[in-house]
Amino acid sequence: MLSLNMVAMAYLIASVLIIFALKGLASPETARRGNFFGMLGMGIAALVTLQLDSVQNYAWIVAALAVGGLFGGVTARKVPMTHMPQTVAFMHSLVGLSAVLIAVSAFIDPVSYGIADAHGGLYPASRIELFLGTFIGAITFTASLIAFGKLQGLLSGKPLVFGGQHWLNLVLGLVMIAAGILFCVTQGMTPFLIMLAVAMVLGVLLIVPIGGADMPVIVSMLNSYSGWAAAGIGFTLGNNMLIVAGALVGSSGAILSYIMCKAMNRSLFSVLLGGFGGEAAAAGGGSVGERPVHSGAAEDAVFLLKNARSVVIVPGYGLAVARAQHALKELVDVLLKMDVNVKFAIHPVAGRMPGHMNVLLAEADVPYDIVYEMDEINPEFSDTDVVLVIGANDVINPAAKTDPSSPIYGMPILEVGKAEHVIVIKRSLAAGYAGLDNDLFYMDKTMMLFADAKKACETMLQSLD
Amino acid sequence: MSAPEMTQAVAQAATGHAAHAAVDPFVFSFTVFVLAVIVGYHVVWNVTPALHTPLMSVTNAISSIIIVGALLAAGPVEMSLATVLGLIAVGLAAVNIFGGFMVTQRMLAMFKKRSRG
Repeated sequence: MLSLNMVAMAYLIASVLIIFALKGLASPETARRGNFFGMLGMGIAALVTLQLDSVQNYAWIVAALAVGGLFGGVTARKVPMTHMPQTVAFMHSLVGLSAVLIAVSAFIDPVSYGIADAHGGLYPASRIELFLGTFIGAITFTASLIAFGKLQGLLSGKPLVFGGQHWLNLVLGLVMIAAGILFCVTQGMTPFLIMLAVAMVLGVLLIVPIGGADMPVIVSMLNSYSGWAAAGIGFTLGNNMLIVAGALVGSSGAILSYIMCKAMNRSLFSVLLGGFGGEAAAAGGGSVGERPVHSGAAEDAVFLLKNARSVVIVPGYGLAVARAQHALKELVDVLLKMDVNVKFAIHPVAGRMPGHMNVLLAEADVPYDIVYEMDEINPEFSDTDVVLVIGANDVINPAAKTDPSSPIYGMPILEVGKAEHVIVIKRSLAAGYAGLDNDLFYMDKTMMLFADAKKACETMLQSLD
Repeated sequence: MSAPEMTQAVAQAATGHAAHAAVDPFVFSFTVFVLAVIVGYHVVWNVTPALHTPLMSVTNAISSIIIVGALLAAGPVEMSLATVLGLIAVGLAAVNIFGGFMVTQRMLAMFKKRSRG
């Protein structure tokens, strides 16, 4: 049994290790070591807690750890990289749910947490902290579940909008706060449960109006919430380790949300209001497909690629859907052998979560030093012979620069139109997730290759050999 | 507040020996919280965008540090509703800890440099 000071010191060491885990992610070279520090920190925190006098229920705890750990471990090994966004959303919901369970447990039995006053009730400060921890946890839980359902395809990815939606959310938000305040004053079970239930409903309502293309923001935001929930529980328990870890995760998710919003030129508020894409799709629907395009076969694309000195490949969510990353990588290998200079260009919001495309390319063994971020690659497009766009649409739409009436006006894009030739692999001329037509498809220099991304890559590979 | 005064105030908060009245533990926790947010802000801005997905999966594992709270809830030997809820929370947090760190490790192992030569 360590003294309480020793325990606090051990928690401090664990906190520092966790900061190093995040610091390691500054570069792929240090990231693996960083992750190891993270595991070490987590291990220390858990072991130190397990040896506390108040923790005695070892058999059951080990059983719970084994079941959870096994499930988590198997999932981590099996999950395909294309499914990372929903996996992360699912895990956020687990953090939210455990925060709620811990809060309820602390509410039922405050004595074992040392947050009870002389009469066995909760201190006023603890009540406020419990209120915050519970409602953030509850919103994180249900909101992440809905995000998971949308990303996994269990629920429609389309925004669900109805009249009075925002008023309903506002009223529910006020009810939740009122019940929370009532709980803080009276310590009553009923207001506590009402607050919990309303927070859960609110979590669902917050996510239903949000469409697929906004998911990177939402997943980042829920990442942030899960951190704040952990910090909230840390306040309840007066545990600095939880506060530090929660605050780190909270600010990390907040920064990612900010980066994603900026990459779409939208405010977090407008993303949360939701409905993006629904109306625009209805308005722009008529003209789509009526203008002439140059469409070509895989052989034509291969001809262009073979004779190019420099090729930039722009992958989008369509690549993930078609699981074309491995076929694409083989194509790139052949081109590299032919001394074609191949680079990848990644828009910050490509895919369904921050960094999604980078992971898919890494999975297919594409070396990370030929993968470039938007700001690095944009000046290079004017010197590029061929741009190959696979399953991306809105992030290359020139309307973002030229058409002030466009819903995506002002969004930074990959300026592929500056290249000599553009090849776009797409299944059809259907609009992107923002529901917009794309002028790039109708330019003289653009060749449309209508096919499934994976099939297109395979056919191109065959005609290259 | 000058730097030495600040140090003194933090030290007082830490030890609870304030000159006039004891500092509420909440204030101390809040100090830690604010400083941690600032550390997080600086560390996360330095994360390369290519690793944003591993960042999310590892922060997922890290936020499961609430397992500390779950273990306290599950701690008492006598089973009660509070203990059972704690045990479930231990299991859920364990899913995230093992799943989060392992999937991060798996992703990071994929990031390779181009082998020249």
